[in-house]
Amino acid sequence: MTGATPGFGAVLSGLVLAAAFGLLYQRRAGGLINACALQAWALAAAAAWQGVAWEAPELIVVGCLVLAANGVALPMALRRGARRAGIGPSVVAMPGIPVSLLTAAALVALAVLASATMASPAQARGEIAVDLSVVLLGLFTLASRRGGPGEAVGFAATANGLILGMVEVRGMPLVALWTLAVLALGGAAMLRPGGQLR
Amino acid sequence: MMRISIAAAALVVHVALMLALAPLLVGCLRWAEARLMGRIGPPPLQPWHDLRRLALKQPVLAENASWLFRAAPVVAFAATLSAAALVPSFASGMLDVPLADLVAIVGLLALARCTLALAGLDAGTAFGGLGASRTMTVAALAEPAMLLVVFALGLLVGSTNLDAILAALSDGAGLRASLGLALVALVMVGIADCGRLPLASPATRLELTMLQEALGLEYSGWYLALLQWTAALKLLLWLTLIGTILLPFGLASPDSGLPAWLLALPAWGVKVGMLAAGLAIFESAIGGMRWARAAEFLGVAAALGLLAAVLAFAGQVLT
Repeated sequence: MTGATPGFGAVLSGLVLAAAFGLLYQRRAGGLINACALQAWALAAAAAWQGVAWEAPELIVVGCLVLAANGVALPMALRRGARRAGIGPSVVAMPGIPVSLLTAAALVALAVLASATMASPAQARGEIAVDLSVVLLGLFTLASRRGGPGEAVGFAATANGLILGMVEVRGMPLVALWTLAVLALGGAAMLRPGGQLR
Repeated sequence: MMRISIAAAALVVHVALMLALAPLLVGCLRWAEARLMGRIGPPPLQPWHDLRRLALKQPVLAENASWLFRAAPVVAFAATLSAAALVPSFASGMLDVPLADLVAIVGLLALARCTLALAGLDAGTAFGGLGASRTMTVAALAEPAMLLVVFALGLLVGSTNLDAILAALSDGAGLRASLGLALVALVMVGIADCGRLPLASPATRLELTMLQEALGLEYSGWYLALLQWTAALKLLLWLTLIGTILLPFGLASPDSGLPAWLLALPAWGVKVGMLAAGLAIFESAIGGMRWARAAEFLGVAAALGLLAAVLAFAGQVLT
């Protein structure tokens, strides 16, 4: 027994969802990249916490992978890539911030309704609602933020949602490998080898 | 009888410490921000020196100010002190536990804010009116968000009493994703309620960018000292509230032994110190925000509060 409460991992997953909202609030590329890094840190903390609570070292590995890739490497690469590509500091949001936030709230409501129809235990349904919300908000960021940094951050947020879903399933096989695959796919889709944005 | 005596003594010590440490917290925050910006900064005890200096000065009031203008600082201070007395800092189970309801705390803070806004209008000067208008605009956006957070916490643990919430959280109950959302919303509302939205530096005297400072522009002498003490007390109240909900550990109760009481005070200091350091970094690192964006900032807080309540409600219904 480690003494760590698994429930605190759920609180951290709430922070991941809050950071997904933070992505939609940003008008500046710098703020968007910082919010993306914050989401990755919260996800890494959630994975590590669950790893300690469930005595599953592979989840701690997942936390380290997410922290290194989406928490440190991606923000650095995005800043450098945006600078090299001459992308301005503003993010073009279509629709605007208030409409984006209302749409995000509607997407979360949709995720809650979708999870309510599932035949899983109540706690699992709550976790699925949060994971699905993060994925949907990531996809919405990807679709609504024009330009390299906005799209890259949207892709990373979607990947974070998928990883969060995997982390919250106790005993998920090959979770570290799946995480690595999702992160590698994201990196390949977003960046050229020289660190330039596609 | 012994238990009641300890609970009463804890309340007295708590109120005395809140009063004494609030100006020191503001001083430490200003000093830390100055150091982060590469300046030496005033010493942490400077707010206490300022309060003493102002208290000794003869107050000069506007000619057309009514009794409300003179009563407002006292009412605001009393309401904020009452709210601060209800927030557990280092001890749970204090004598005022039955009154320590989050809705009551929100109400007391609203009373203080409304009184000061009325006083800002009462002097009949342009900047007082501007400050009152801006303060009430922020309050109109922040208070629904705060009430949604209270609603979410109530749904998660089955009570809006702070002691009950802290007891439930420290036992591991109510640890859901909605608590994470509610905490973020609570921090955002706290920043707005303390007048620390990054519209301008809270220490500024530049009239066009002032928020809460504009309300005290017509005050002087001990009235101004009371206003500054109220603002400091409110900041300590918010940091204590967020700290105890975020980390509901290290609180002593009347049944605890001496070691728990000795550890509880440093634990409170660590929680408040960590949050104050975070606030100093936030205020130093963040760029200025246009006034129109304050609505968006608080809109996000309200959306997060609403989602926390919806997820908590869905959790209750789905169970």
